[in-house]
Amino acid sequence: MMHFLLLFSRQGKLRLQKWFLPLPERERKKIVKDMTTMVLARKPRTCNFLHWKDLKIVYKRYASLYFCCALENQDNELMALETLHRYVELLDKYFGNVCELDIIFNFEKAYFILDELLMGGEIQETSKLSIVKSIEASDMLQETEQKRRSEHPSSSEIIQNTTCF
Amino acid sequence: MPAPIRLRELIRTIRTARTQAEEREMIQKECAAIRSSFREEDNTYRCRNVAKLLYMHMLGYPAHFGQLECLKLIASQKFTDKRIGYLGAMLLLDERQDVHLLMTNCIKNDLNHSTQYVQGLALCTLGCMGSSEMCRDLAGEVEKLLKTSNSYLRKKAALCAVHVIRKVPELMEMFLPATKNLLSEKNHGVLHTSVVLLTEMCERSPDMLSHFRKLVPQLVRILKNLIMSGYSPEHDVSGISDPFLQVRILRLLRILGKGDDDSSEAMNDILAQVATNTETSKNVGNAILYETVLTIMDIKSESGLRVLAINILGRFLLNNDKNIRYVALTSLLKTVQTDHNAVQRHRSTIVDCLKDLDVSIKRRAMELSFALVNGNNIRGMMKELLYFLDSCDPDFKADCASGIFLAAEKYAPSKRWHIDTIMRVLTTAGSYVRDDSVPNLIQLITNSVEMHAYTVQRLYKALLDDISQQPLVQVASWCIGEYGDLLVSGQCEEEEPIQVSEDEVLDVLEGLLVSNLSTPVTRGYSLTAIMKLSTRFSSLNRIKKVVSIYGSSIDVELQQRAVEYNALFKKYDHMRPALLERMPIMEKTATNGPSETVQTNGETDSTILDTKHLPSISQPASQANDLLDLLGGNDVVPIIQTTVPTKPASAGGELLDLLGDLSLTGGPTPTPASSVPMSQPPFLLDGLTSQPLFNDIAAVIPPMTAYNKNGLIIEFTFERSNPNPNIAVITIHATNSTEADMTEFVFQAAVPKTFQLQLLSPSSNVVPAFNQGSVTQVIRVLNPQKQQLRMRIKLTYTHKGSPVQDLAEVNNFPPQSWQ
Repeated sequence: MMHFLLLFSRQGKLRLQKWFLPLPERERKKIVKDMTTMVLARKPRTCNFLHWKDLKIVYKRYASLYFCCALENQDNELMALETLHRYVELLDKYFGNVCELDIIFNFEKAYFILDELLMGGEIQETSKLSIVKSIEASDMLQETEQKRRSEHPSSSEIIQNTTCF
Repeated sequence: MPAPIRLRELIRTIRTARTQAEEREMIQKECAAIRSSFREEDNTYRCRNVAKLLYMHMLGYPAHFGQLECLKLIASQKFTDKRIGYLGAMLLLDERQDVHLLMTNCIKNDLNHSTQYVQGLALCTLGCMGSSEMCRDLAGEVEKLLKTSNSYLRKKAALCAVHVIRKVPELMEMFLPATKNLLSEKNHGVLHTSVVLLTEMCERSPDMLSHFRKLVPQLVRILKNLIMSGYSPEHDVSGISDPFLQVRILRLLRILGKGDDDSSEAMNDILAQVATNTETSKNVGNAILYETVLTIMDIKSESGLRVLAINILGRFLLNNDKNIRYVALTSLLKTVQTDHNAVQRHRSTIVDCLKDLDVSIKRRAMELSFALVNGNNIRGMMKELLYFLDSCDPDFKADCASGIFLAAEKYAPSKRWHIDTIMRVLTTAGSYVRDDSVPNLIQLITNSVEMHAYTVQRLYKALLDDISQQPLVQVASWCIGEYGDLLVSGQCEEEEPIQVSEDEVLDVLEGLLVSNLSTPVTRGYSLTAIMKLSTRFSSLNRIKKVVSIYGSSIDVELQQRAVEYNALFKKYDHMRPALLERMPIMEKTATNGPSETVQTNGETDSTILDTKHLPSISQPASQANDLLDLLGGNDVVPIIQTTVPTKPASAGGELLDLLGDLSLTGGPTPTPASSVPMSQPPFLLDGLTSQPLFNDIAAVIPPMTAYNKNGLIIEFTFERSNPNPNIAVITIHATNSTEADMTEFVFQAAVPKTFQLQLLSPSSNVVPAFNQGSVTQVIRVLNPQKQQLRMRIKLTYTHKGSPVQDLAEVNNFPPQSWQ
């Protein structure tokens, strides 16, 4: 089971945090700080695995973002790398050539996509297509709801630019 | 009131802030606006405000005032609101907050919603952060959804069930019926989450485990289909069909096959197939192979399969990808105990990994190398490990040094090699060596009797080079103190003996005392070493001077030692040679027993004593028999007698204890009572501490004359041992008023059976004529039943050339001595 998943930038700014265990706010902050320090200190051509307390930390850098997750002892680290990669692929499919800015400005979408891939620290769907379809359907549901409620229904706006918020 | 700014607008604005203070100001302003908006119970923009709050929360600012708003959003009818509300709940509301239970009802309603995406949201939230109470309340709903035909909901329900079981293990039974046909699903999402659910249940309950063993054939079939099936675009990853599912199935098979022959047999073929057919060019293939290897090693697989697994790991070790090498080393570490020989074949590759640049890989390789060391490869391995010790990071050095000592101890091919290895470690990583290795090493050196000269020579040379590494300095000064005579006499067989004078040696030791690099512990070692040399060297004056200087040292430990050593020079000079004798061979009871050699106060001398036997106990069985014959009574218990120290082994005993005692208890100036401080032979004195007896003032018991014949007078003086009042300590004083010395004087005593008696070494075996001196000896009598003390004594000596022998009975003990 994955204990947490973090996304942070090269400067150590947090872009996404998903916790699968109940931890007090203060401890979460400390863990984030520890992770950013440890991972950012790693030299470029070292392996993607670290040991921290009794957990295995798996991290991978994609452009300017670090994807970092914590696994238990019996979990497969190599597969965790695949999971992180799957998440990036999904983000890429959704946003089209995803970059850090997309995740900054649409963080809630990033969370929604993550919630279709992982639940309770485990993978819930192995088909990329299926996840993309679910997200699109949910977005559509949101949009039709907005259209019904708004006075001037707009039709051709892309999901990225129209939200009620 | 104008509409609150949009989320994206806020993000853009905050990102323009150039300083932390500017950002904080913007955030505070917005928070105030959001708070007032919440107060106004604005439904339209609540969603927008909470979204903004979540963004600010991610930046690290407090957002607790939005918790209730999240609940309101969840309760709303709008899907948009629910989406943000549940997200907010997952971020802000965990089971530690009081309000989280209010979610339960909303979730319950949403679990039964008509729209599957709303149901999905509820399941997701429950499955990520539901507390035990919530799980208990909603388990029934989850179980219902586990049986639905909607695969979207079914997969989510399965993972939600996993979470419920983790939180409330007792509810596991409830989900059992629903698992019946989970594996017959076609949908991969459901299959995957079902396997996770089954894994969780099997891990938690042995009953479930045996129940689900029957699924092994089905699992094998699914795995087979995945491997054999053609290209499936939906689940393909680099040419492999649904690796996530394959890995999960392999993991479940591992749990089911562990310890069970039939299941293991059923999965043998498929494991072999996966192991041989998986494409290894990409990470994903290696991930599957990794899981396969773990499974093969854990179940009862046939040996051919196990060899295959180890070979896969061996191939991993040669892979360019660092991750794969790391994973291989980790797995080999797990299997090295059970499949030692197979792992040995890859030893050279593992040793090469010691030179890898990656820190994680180096650490794993080091641990594995130590596990692989055995009697056959010790020389080669040690060479590599020593090289590694030279070049590795400081964080590794302590572990590596300890590992090397352990390995060397277990498998050293020769004593010389062992000493050389220790020397190498001490000189290269001397400051990183653990403190508890110093006494271990000293004991090792002591026990290699034939290497003493060689060892002390090498250590001396090392000291000349460098005195900064404390463990090295401590071991070296101890050895020089012990074997300094071998050093100056230049007798070394192993290598070219060096020419060194007594003064040079003392220079080095004194240098240690004054150097800033030496710790107080090291200084203690060198002072003791200098003292010991007083019996081995001839330059007594110099040593006396050094010792007296440190009598006024600021360091209390040094001062104490110096004062005691001074006392040895003055009052107890007659005891000095015996006290400072060579250490005996020490018996080690455990291989690296840190408990045995724990330092009490930086003093190894005293602790080393504890680990050795008192050899004198087994000694004079024959003499005891003589006594029995002699005294003729059955009511006499043979005593243990110690002779005058002619052999180092026996003398070592209590005299060393004496030395230890002096340091341990910090005996201040001895009292005029000429009784000797006590030592600790184990058999008699369980209750007695190392409290030297001259601290006990027991002047209440009057002395008595036990024997007076032919010019030989034997007086008894008494003391009570403080901690144990059943023990009476008697010191005999033998004086000779005749005109000739009494030589070869031996005093023996026997007591009735209810007593126990112990006789310690006499001060000498010559009673000088004309009362010029006396022989003193200590007797300890244990009198638990407080009976009247009686004793039979036997005296033998040579007087004027002829042997004299006499028996006597001593009955006039003062009552206080035994009451």
